[in-house]
Amino acid sequence: MTRRDGIAWPVIRIVLLGAIALVMTAPYIFMITTSFKPQSEVFAGGLNLLPQQWSIVANYSKAVTAVPLLRILLNGVIVCAAIVFFQILFALPAAYSLAKLRFGGRDIIFGLVIMGLLVPIHAISIPLYAMARWAGLLNTLAVLIAPFTLSVFAIFLFRQFIKTFPNDMVLAARSDGLSEAAIVWRVILPNAWPAASAFAIFSVVAHWNDLYWPLITVSKTQLATPPLGLMFFRAAEVGDDYGALMAATVLITLPLVLFFLFAQRLFIEGLTMSGIKG
Amino acid sequence: MRHEVFPSVAGAARHEAIAAWRLCAPTLVLMLLLLVLPSLAVVALSLTDAELGSSDWHFLGLSAYRDLLGDRDFQRAFRNTAVYVGLVAPASVLLGLALALLIEAGTTARAFFRSVFFLPVVSLIVAMGTVWQYLMHPTIGPLDLLLGKLGLPAVNWLGTSDTVLWGLAIIGIWQAVGFNMVLYLAGLTSIDRALYQAAEIDGAKSAWERFRLVTWPMLSPMTLFVITISVINSVKVFETVAALTQGGPAKASEVLLWSIYQEGFVYLHIGTASAMAVVFVAVLLVLILVQTRVLERRVQYQ
Repeated sequence: MTRRDGIAWPVIRIVLLGAIALVMTAPYIFMITTSFKPQSEVFAGGLNLLPQQWSIVANYSKAVTAVPLLRILLNGVIVCAAIVFFQILFALPAAYSLAKLRFGGRDIIFGLVIMGLLVPIHAISIPLYAMARWAGLLNTLAVLIAPFTLSVFAIFLFRQFIKTFPNDMVLAARSDGLSEAAIVWRVILPNAWPAASAFAIFSVVAHWNDLYWPLITVSKTQLATPPLGLMFFRAAEVGDDYGALMAATVLITLPLVLFFLFAQRLFIEGLTMSGIKG
Repeated sequence: MRHEVFPSVAGAARHEAIAAWRLCAPTLVLMLLLLVLPSLAVVALSLTDAELGSSDWHFLGLSAYRDLLGDRDFQRAFRNTAVYVGLVAPASVLLGLALALLIEAGTTARAFFRSVFFLPVVSLIVAMGTVWQYLMHPTIGPLDLLLGKLGLPAVNWLGTSDTVLWGLAIIGIWQAVGFNMVLYLAGLTSIDRALYQAAEIDGAKSAWERFRLVTWPMLSPMTLFVITISVINSVKVFETVAALTQGGPAKASEVLLWSIYQEGFVYLHIGTASAMAVVFVAVLLVLILVQTRVLERRVQYQ
């Protein structure tokens, strides 16, 4: 990987990468171009990308009216933001205690964290569903948030990160008279910002995509998150209006992809870091 | 002196413990409610024939597990999941490595290709699955039109029981490869350049030799990690099955999570579904143990 001779290699590399990039982006290309086509052209088949007859307005207006698409996107934003907020709110103090404080029971709590890492939500969804039903939370935004307020992964990740902080950082804050809670929010949080933002990206991508839990607990279109909303759209459009369906997928995919394109470094480093540290 | 601000060492230790418990209290309550009690409940339910919405239930002991072992549908879900993992995990790991090596092998357009290949990771999987379903449509799908242009027969990827797992696997690989690539890129940049020079002095002249002698062994901890995460993620396949195939055709794409979902939330047999969930966690545990045990022996840590 150090040196290659001649001009041939850089060209071969770019051609290879370009060909693979074309295959990888083909779904996006067809998604966008098909969302411009009227139904008749979609059904005529054919590989030409640009439509002979443009049907943008019809397709996209159908996409936003068949289901309340903007509301669905807003639900996704609210749910993801609330989940990340609560996860960090609860995980950071616990992670700080596990990393820097000495107390009996620390090993038990850490053991529970490890156990939690091994039990996915899917496995305990039945009791969680029963609890939600008992609490009268089915078909609310709260039920989409509540089970995820605890992230053992966040605790684990933050603990690893805070462990690398010098003890003097904590001792200095203590001698300044800060309480332990104040240390968490005024000393640890600013310094743990890289870990917190990395985790936030990881968590948003995971929960933005999750279909399992919303599918179980929410049956109202008004409360759907993006994946569930698209399921409702598909059910409402039993037919095969692929133009409108692709328009809906464009609109529902766009927010996170745009966010990614504007904050690529944050995304890639965030997901890599949460991946590796986890 | 760690605790000079506190009056005595014993007092300081007590103060520290109290502070720690207070900081952990909210998390402990949540752990109890959202993790410990539900986990115990799943194990307890798996020993019964409980049904959702019915208060009439009987203790059955381990018979639900015995029934599961002999259940053709569950065996099929198990086999389907294994096939899916067997297709997606190796392919996405190898392709991820290949893409990372290709990107690292030159200096131009690195960031561009990295972002392009990463795009599927941040794209809503249910939405992109829908797009793939259109691409794979047997009569109007561009993929089959393209195959036709190449003189190959059209394949009804998601519509026949022989090919449905392949169709889902293509989508799964497409989605996962970019993530594995960035993990390998991180691994590649941490390899000490001096090792390549040393290998060259020792006679490793070709690119392949340098890969075999330096890159591959130095990447082995990352490979262990990438394999583990790829296997675990593909065992949890659910979204594409729920959105595109609903386990069909003829149950050919029923996977473990889809079976648990169906059994618990469609047929409302929460006893059986709980036993399936316990088996599912056991499978995850065994996979993690096997991978760390078997693969760790082959891994060379720096």
